Amino acid sequence: MRLTASIGKWLDARLQLGASIRETAEHPVPRETASWFYVFGSAAFVVFMLQIVTGVMLALIYVPSAGEAWNSLQALNHDVSLGWYIRALHGWGSDFMVAIVLIHMVQVFLFGAYKYPRELTWIVGVLLLLVTLGMAFTGQVLRFDQDAYWGLGIGASIASRVPLMGPSIVNLMLGGPIIAGATLSRFFALHVFLIPGLLVAFVAVHLLMVLKLGINEWPMPGRVVRKATYTREYHELTKRDGLPFVPGAVWKDLFFAAFILLSIAVCAYYFGPFGPSGPPDPTIIQTAPRPDFFFLWLYAVLSLLPPSMETPALLVGPVVAILALLLLPFFFGEGEKSWRRRPIAVLTILLVTVALGTFTRLAGNAPWSPVMDAWSRIPIPSEFLHNRSALERQGALVFQVKQCHNCHSLDNQGGKRGPALDGVAVRLTQDQLIRQVIQGGGNMPAYGKNLSPAETTALVAFLETLYPAGHSPARDASRAVALEPDAGVPPSGHP
Amino acid sequence: MTLPRGLTRRDLFMKLGIFFNGIVAAILAVPIVRYLLSPVAQERKGGYESWVPLGNLEQFPSGETRLATYRNPIVNRWDGDTADIPCWVRNVDGQTFQVFAINCAHLGCPVRWFQQSGLFLCPCHGGAYYQDGSRASGPPERGLFEYHYRIEGGTLLIRAGEIPTPGHASNIVREIRPCV
Repeated sequence: MRLTASIGKWLDARLQLGASIRETAEHPVPRETASWFYVFGSAAFVVFMLQIVTGVMLALIYVPSAGEAWNSLQALNHDVSLGWYIRALHGWGSDFMVAIVLIHMVQVFLFGAYKYPRELTWIVGVLLLLVTLGMAFTGQVLRFDQDAYWGLGIGASIASRVPLMGPSIVNLMLGGPIIAGATLSRFFALHVFLIPGLLVAFVAVHLLMVLKLGINEWPMPGRVVRKATYTREYHELTKRDGLPFVPGAVWKDLFFAAFILLSIAVCAYYFGPFGPSGPPDPTIIQTAPRPDFFFLWLYAVLSLLPPSMETPALLVGPVVAILALLLLPFFFGEGEKSWRRRPIAVLTILLVTVALGTFTRLAGNAPWSPVMDAWSRIPIPSEFLHNRSALERQGALVFQVKQCHNCHSLDNQGGKRGPALDGVAVRLTQDQLIRQVIQGGGNMPAYGKNLSPAETTALVAFLETLYPAGHSPARDASRAVALEPDAGVPPSGHP
Repeated sequence: MTLPRGLTRRDLFMKLGIFFNGIVAAILAVPIVRYLLSPVAQERKGGYESWVPLGNLEQFPSGETRLATYRNPIVNRWDGDTADIPCWVRNVDGQTFQVFAINCAHLGCPVRWFQQSGLFLCPCHGGAYYQDGSRASGPPERGLFEYHYRIEGGTLLIRAGEIPTPGHASNIVREIRPCV
């Protein structure tokens, strides 16, 4: 013990950091900020440390070469002792980090912490969110599998839509004309050198400002921020009702950080590493690429936007969103901090959460994606074939062979790209069915050239049998009138 | 020579030092920027595209659409499988061909050909194209990207070498309008 003390003394005589570290650690913070609501920033920092450690460990084995990356991931998963666990820690750490950064941001927003004098802290925080998402995206690319390959293609397609500069941006992003070795190398450089460097720098500035300006006090309804008086009021508060950060507040940070690390460790153990999925061989086209969890909402937005809106939304949307976040403290730098007096702030958070949650959940099922093998894998449920005529069963065969099942479901089986056909006969008459099949429309291709008249007749005969028990199929009243002038006249008093 | 009032010799040297560093930085910036921009500069210089063979015509029977692959003309040893690029070859009538990029015109996912229904379908967002590559339905704003082709000594060649994207039209024969 005495040895440790004398080594410490020897070091401090030269470094002369002890006093300032002690002062920093013991700086007074408002008593109410020693709260479980104030633990997310430090937790994000601790997860970042975990990412650095596990990232360096992965780099010991990983080969950033398009030809070998996938094999080195397989080696990590299967050959290297506990390589799978380090991969799992890094992958789950990434998801936890994005989640905690987002929660931290919501907390800071709802507590009004972006207001004077912490505007720059918020702005650097927004940059930290962007670089964290940048790490998540580039990390997904380094898991160089089918999803990464086609995900890069999607990125290139989006980037190419920038007016004038588009094609050059694509070449710069890919490092050449196609997704290949140069692409992986530059994403490796981004993920391992450039973005982590920015992350460290931003974290340093962010933390420095938290220390210099003091942690945001617990917002009280009616305690209004005014530039003229805020700093004096804050110092009075910390003097009157403050306690030293260490150990007054830090113990909650420590407990929460340990809890998060344990959660990552447990998730990594139980759920294992993410992928890699199939090898990044573009000639294997039997693939349906999906983005990682935190980009699923974007995948949903891209399929739900009308085509003409897509390019403007892709190019303008992010710029507007980022600008809004960056400029927020300049427009709302003063005033009420408490969420109890800021209903629009609360509603904004609710709206964004519900929207992103809905999109993410939708993207989990991806109803807009055809089920590419439904026609050969999913049979027509037998109740749709019982007591049917030969023609109707022939139509069921056409339904399968012509891949209708890839986009239309029967009994909730099959594609959901188009409407479910269980009750189509209630909605459409025979003529309308024929027209829809032959001419398409309403986001359905026209099948006129690919169906013989006999096939069309059979298919429509089958579709006409698709109505629920207790319903009757739609019928064309005027046709009955035309064919049998008397039959179409309804009995009097009955519409 | 007299110095302006308030400017000492040391101030002057410091300013000269900063200026000197600025000059050196500008000189160093030239190779750095050119290095970074090399993927763009190369395209301007030689172009990424050249004629690549897809195989003998017998591989592409008349009236059928078949998957073909080629090795990208610009390739590095460490590119692995990523330089093997697939495309769809449609032999229209024995004489005319259409060669479509594998990438959906929406966001570049690989489209699949369904012979029975005569459609290309995209697994990502459900873009659909007719057998001639024109847009059938879904989010794409245009038809499939189509390569220029020529036939030489019984071999089908296409002009390829760069990933086709909605914003880049250099390797596209023409905009295919949807059937009206």
